[in-house]
Amino acid sequence: MTSPMAITAEGLVKIYRSRKNEVRALDGLDLEVAEGTVLGLLGPNGAGKTTTVRILATLLKPDAGHATVAGFDVVRQADQLRSVIGLSGQFAAVDENLTGRENLFMFGRLYQLPADESKARAAELLEQFSLATAADRTVKTYSGGMRRRLDLASALIGRPRLLFLDEPTTGLDPRSRLGMWDVIRGLVREGTTLLLTTQYLEEADELADTIAVVDDGRIIARGTADELKSQVGGERIEVVVHARDDIARAREVLARDAGSDITLDEHTRKMTVPSGTGAQGLVQVVRDLDAAGIRIDDIGLRRPTLDDVFLSLTGHGAEDAPFEEEVA
Amino acid sequence: MTAVATPAARRGVRSAIVDSRVITWRNLKRIPRIPELAIFAIFQSIMFVLLFAFVFGGAILLPGYTDPNAYREYLLPGVFCQTISFAAATTAVGMCDDINKGIIDRFRSLPMARSAVLSGRTVADVIYQAGILIVLMLSGLLVGWKVNNGIPSFLAGFGLLLLFAFAMSWIGVWLGLSVPTVEVAQQVSFIVIFPLSFVSSAFVPIATMPTWLQPFAEWNPISIITSACRELFGNPNPFVQAGSLPSEQPILLSLIWIVVIVGVFAPLGIRRYRSMSR
Repeated sequence: MTSPMAITAEGLVKIYRSRKNEVRALDGLDLEVAEGTVLGLLGPNGAGKTTTVRILATLLKPDAGHATVAGFDVVRQADQLRSVIGLSGQFAAVDENLTGRENLFMFGRLYQLPADESKARAAELLEQFSLATAADRTVKTYSGGMRRRLDLASALIGRPRLLFLDEPTTGLDPRSRLGMWDVIRGLVREGTTLLLTTQYLEEADELADTIAVVDDGRIIARGTADELKSQVGGERIEVVVHARDDIARAREVLARDAGSDITLDEHTRKMTVPSGTGAQGLVQVVRDLDAAGIRIDDIGLRRPTLDDVFLSLTGHGAEDAPFEEEVA
Repeated sequence: MTAVATPAARRGVRSAIVDSRVITWRNLKRIPRIPELAIFAIFQSIMFVLLFAFVFGGAILLPGYTDPNAYREYLLPGVFCQTISFAAATTAVGMCDDINKGIIDRFRSLPMARSAVLSGRTVADVIYQAGILIVLMLSGLLVGWKVNNGIPSFLAGFGLLLLFAFAMSWIGVWLGLSVPTVEVAQQVSFIVIFPLSFVSSAFVPIATMPTWLQPFAEWNPISIITSACRELFGNPNPFVQAGSLPSEQPILLSLIWIVVIVGVFAPLGIRRYRSMSR
């Protein structure tokens, strides 16, 4: 009974109880990740992303529901499961008093690799992650980007079939982030199944085949980035006229060329209208506005961003969650 | 059914030993990387030796001894025992730090023996304490401490102190897993260790304490293990109250205490560790 699904989760519920209150971190979360694909788990802080990863990586037991990873049940077959996964992210760390090489050697041994193989694999990963020159320095001296790379290398020591990356670029500067993206893309090319959590829409867009949007402990939407965007609507033409007096006349032009479903922001003098004809429609609008002698500050064809998706799905943006902080 | 272990079980035992050795190695690596920790631990113990030997030492004359040096000889096993009891703090702080830094989560995601994280920690801390104990004994010799019995007896005393370190370390495991931060781990350990080490025969005679406190002081594991060490090292131990069990059988009672502490705190610690996935 081989399953083509690398990860399945059904109805996961996790409640964190403290003396005063209860936080329902997961509230019936369902998930499927096919072998060899990348799923981006996208959501604001506190949405339940980390809790999901912790359950799938056997660090936490769900209060209800069940999940399998590589065919192993996360509760009943936790031991077997651990030998096929790698985990890296904001909570699983490296030892800062050891050198990079010592860390990898240690994790290799604990992954049950023989000593010589652990040593060889450590050297290989240090090379692959551009840490060879810093290999024999303690991790305390590493930069944030180097630490993250070592963290990811640690997760890969046993050549896991399945990799969990929890917010792999949170807190990195833009350059290190791009470097990290390259590394992750390389892993995906090699066929590793990847579950990635992120609060950055751009990151999910860049790296994931499928995106699952999490909010309040549930998946509220899933699909490719394009599918999600088309849920919000297709392309739109956006026009910003120079003078407030021209708004009415510009509106007539837009209605004639593209349709009457126009939204207007009086303050910024920006008009938006769905366009079914793409660039061709835009050219027509430019021509007609010009012919009417209407001066414009800006015009363009806009595709919806994942930010728009998020806003339309949840009623709030992706990075300003109004609820509690993620419970560790 | 045969008594032979299944291959899986044998692999389980082997992996528990190998993994425990790896974790021990990792914990010991920390010592040369942060030498300040060991250096100040040793300084602190030497400070106790000097304070008691030279400040209180002049005021305390051991009954039945005319030589003022007798107190120093009496004192040192108490300092050894107190220092060893700090193993609880060392372990608690190390454990708590590992949790907060996320390294424990990494270990828990690996296909390793779960017991190794705890056993590797306690074994490493016993080795660390052994190192400190050796430095402490050498400095003790400088202020007048002597071993008056033979080498086997000395080694027995040394071993007893290490067993005590192992027991205290399990208290530390449980503490470290139960408190939220390293600072709390440190404070709680001190709250446990200070009354234990001062309400004992480690530094002053129990007979000078209020009567209601004496039974506690007498049965306190630090008093009992200190007495056992004095006996094994052949140091003066004049405050024993004749006829009481702790004074008659300190070695046996020491071993019982150690078994009881490990028997209570190892399961508590293991249960705490398991419940991290809740």
